[in-house]
Amino acid sequence: MFGWEFPPHIAGGLGTACKGIVEGLAHNGVETLFVMPSASGDEDQSCTTIINASDVEVHNVSQTVDEFLDKVKFIHVDSNLVPYVDPDEYFEAIEKMKKEKRTSTTVGFGQKFKFSGKYGANLMEEVSRYAQVGGTIAMQHAGEFDVIHAHDWLTYLAGIAAKELSGKPLVVHVHATSFDRGSDDMVDTRVYAIEKRGMEMADRVVAVSELTRNIVINKYGIDPSKVVAVHNAVDFSGRENLQVERGVRDKVVTFLGRITYQKGPEYFIDAAAKVLKRTKGVRFVMAGSGDMMNKAIRQVARLGIADRFHFTGFLRGSDVQKMFALSDVYIMPSVSEPFGISPLEAMRSNVPSIISYQSGAAEILKYAFKVDFWDVDAMADDIYALLQYPALSKFAEKHGLEEVNALKWDHAAAKLKNIYEQITK
Amino acid sequence: MAKSICLYFQVHQPTRLRLYRFFDIGKDSHYYDDFANRTILKRVAQKCYLPMNKLLLKTIKASKGAFKVAFSISGSALEQFDRYAPEVLDSFKELADTGCVEFLCETYYHSLSSVASPAEFEFQVQRHKEAIKHYFGVEPVAFRNTELVYSDSIGKQVYEMGFKTMLTEGARHIMGWRSPNYVYSNDFVEDQSLLLRNYSLSDDIAFRFPDKSWASWPLTAEKFKTWVDEAEGDYVGLFMDYETFGEHTDASSGIFDFMEALPQVCLKDADFHFYTPSEVAAAFKPVSELSVPNPISWADEERDLTAWLGNELQNEAFSKLYGLQEKLSILNDPVLWADYGHLQESDHFYYMCTKFFTGGDMHKYFNPYNSPYEAFINYMNVLSDFIIRVNDAIAVK
Repeated sequence: MFGWEFPPHIAGGLGTACKGIVEGLAHNGVETLFVMPSASGDEDQSCTTIINASDVEVHNVSQTVDEFLDKVKFIHVDSNLVPYVDPDEYFEAIEKMKKEKRTSTTVGFGQKFKFSGKYGANLMEEVSRYAQVGGTIAMQHAGEFDVIHAHDWLTYLAGIAAKELSGKPLVVHVHATSFDRGSDDMVDTRVYAIEKRGMEMADRVVAVSELTRNIVINKYGIDPSKVVAVHNAVDFSGRENLQVERGVRDKVVTFLGRITYQKGPEYFIDAAAKVLKRTKGVRFVMAGSGDMMNKAIRQVARLGIADRFHFTGFLRGSDVQKMFALSDVYIMPSVSEPFGISPLEAMRSNVPSIISYQSGAAEILKYAFKVDFWDVDAMADDIYALLQYPALSKFAEKHGLEEVNALKWDHAAAKLKNIYEQITK
Repeated sequence: MAKSICLYFQVHQPTRLRLYRFFDIGKDSHYYDDFANRTILKRVAQKCYLPMNKLLLKTIKASKGAFKVAFSISGSALEQFDRYAPEVLDSFKELADTGCVEFLCETYYHSLSSVASPAEFEFQVQRHKEAIKHYFGVEPVAFRNTELVYSDSIGKQVYEMGFKTMLTEGARHIMGWRSPNYVYSNDFVEDQSLLLRNYSLSDDIAFRFPDKSWASWPLTAEKFKTWVDEAEGDYVGLFMDYETFGEHTDASSGIFDFMEALPQVCLKDADFHFYTPSEVAAAFKPVSELSVPNPISWADEERDLTAWLGNELQNEAFSKLYGLQEKLSILNDPVLWADYGHLQESDHFYYMCTKFFTGGDMHKYFNPYNSPYEAFINYMNVLSDFIIRVNDAIAVK
């Protein structure tokens, strides 16, 4: 299994999902070797064996890999494409890149490569080097595995290399696509090309939702018969809900996530303004940061609601839990969301959630309120109702909690096991 | 042939806000970054206030009272002196006792209340007047508004509060062909004298002095006096931030030596005078009235209010703040009123200015925030807590 990150050191949701998957697979009797670019050594290896790509020398197979790499045609480009990075790091990376004035790098052999394992400025270089190492590992561990499973485009080339060199079937797992990162006309073509190649080379493509499955089929032209949706789950074991003393007596409606186009922050703000026209006993919080944050702040100021609409900036660590504990309604108005784990976390914290139909989570959450991301009137109605009618919010809290507690990685992993069995026959 | 100089120095320190997060709203109502305020004040006291006061005192004594200056010290600065550096107050008091120093009146909180609420404006002017009397034993008779903000109607209200002399900016778009080096009168009230800042000569000292790429560098007292001599008019109004000396412009530039030399060079000329603003108003008759229908200030190229009230963030914060005026007016709570005052300091709105995206070094220099957006978020979080307290106090009543 090729991943990019694994808890505890994670920048986004990918690492958490990978941990859930390997644990679920272990419970289903499937052993995994988990390859990641830069392991720290403190990863939980109870359910998988971690291979640190930074420790692998590519020397002995360089020729074979070289041949293969020629075909793949790696290009190194200074890339600012950063899939899950937090915005502060993103800006830092760009600033750093500007200072360094990086030129193109050739891919060298015969040595270990120290991966950052982050989503930095030389991501493309890391992705191609990771492919070399992927091929090497596949040869070194040949006979120890039956299926190759690669998570998101960062690892697809490694997956392809491994497949080419070992002949074992490949599963690519689509947690997000280029279309979820930019709008339709703002897709990074280099990433798209890698994604498409990975999907084409794969024996099966796993998508985290039907929504993502449709994107894979329609936008990447992949044969529908080999694309399967396996919904994410969430592991809340060992987590207690925080008890936080409230400072404000008003009800709190929260948006938590990157403030970017895909997350639909402006719809939340418009809905907030509509609700505030009808009732005063409510505050809105936009937690997170991102490239649309300043625009969002101006929108709030223009609407004249800044005394009731607050920004927290990027939240770290326990502040996220604290924010949920302070919330009465959670809202995820995403324009495009492959899955969307945050409403599950909210519901787990007894916070009723309103999510957009344009999110993968909407396919499985019965007790979340669903609206179209652009339908700010419906959004405002739902917010108002959840604030004004305690019976409704109690109902949503109770059933929402039961619902998310029933989502288990074991179930998702069972589906994956089934897929593995199909392609190894 | 201007044969006199009117020097006025602005002394102000904002009450900087601490990082105030959403999580603090309703829980913690201490808004100020005491550490930063103390550290900055003590630094500026050492680099500027104390050495410069000493220099001025020495010069006044040496000139046997021929050298005169004026100060306007905001209430916010006075509070910080009192709390963190009382020796600065003592040195101002020494200057006051020479009789050669005029203290001007302004809004206590260095606020923009003059464009928001006449009642609040008057309250702060009275409060400042009392503070000056309390600390320096003199009653101010000339007025300078925050950032030299002035319009016909503001001038009129100031006149009605008893100030026949007011200082403002000799803004180019107001002056046109006219020289700022004369006394003018308020367009609404003939009896009010307006003293204008000669921005060119003022900025030669306040901004260009240390600039080695400036054609006139290095600026000497002799050179400067010839410029004053050549200027058309009765007097030259040199109005600037006091922090220019030693803080904005480092002592190593020689700015202290310049200020020590300037009076000596000028006073060698027997016809030359240093006047305080009130003396200028007494010595020279207004040459004409000045029409200023829209507020002007001494800031930026535009010389208007856009540094504080130029974008939607500033307007939103400003209107939410002054929207509380009515509620506060029925509350007699000194703690709430003090916070209300500090939240009115114009600096908070200056930090939200987006003009510095396209230059404006001054804005960056003064700004403790990384961006105007951060400044806005922090301010609104504080204001939200304050609004809760005001509403609670109303509910109790």
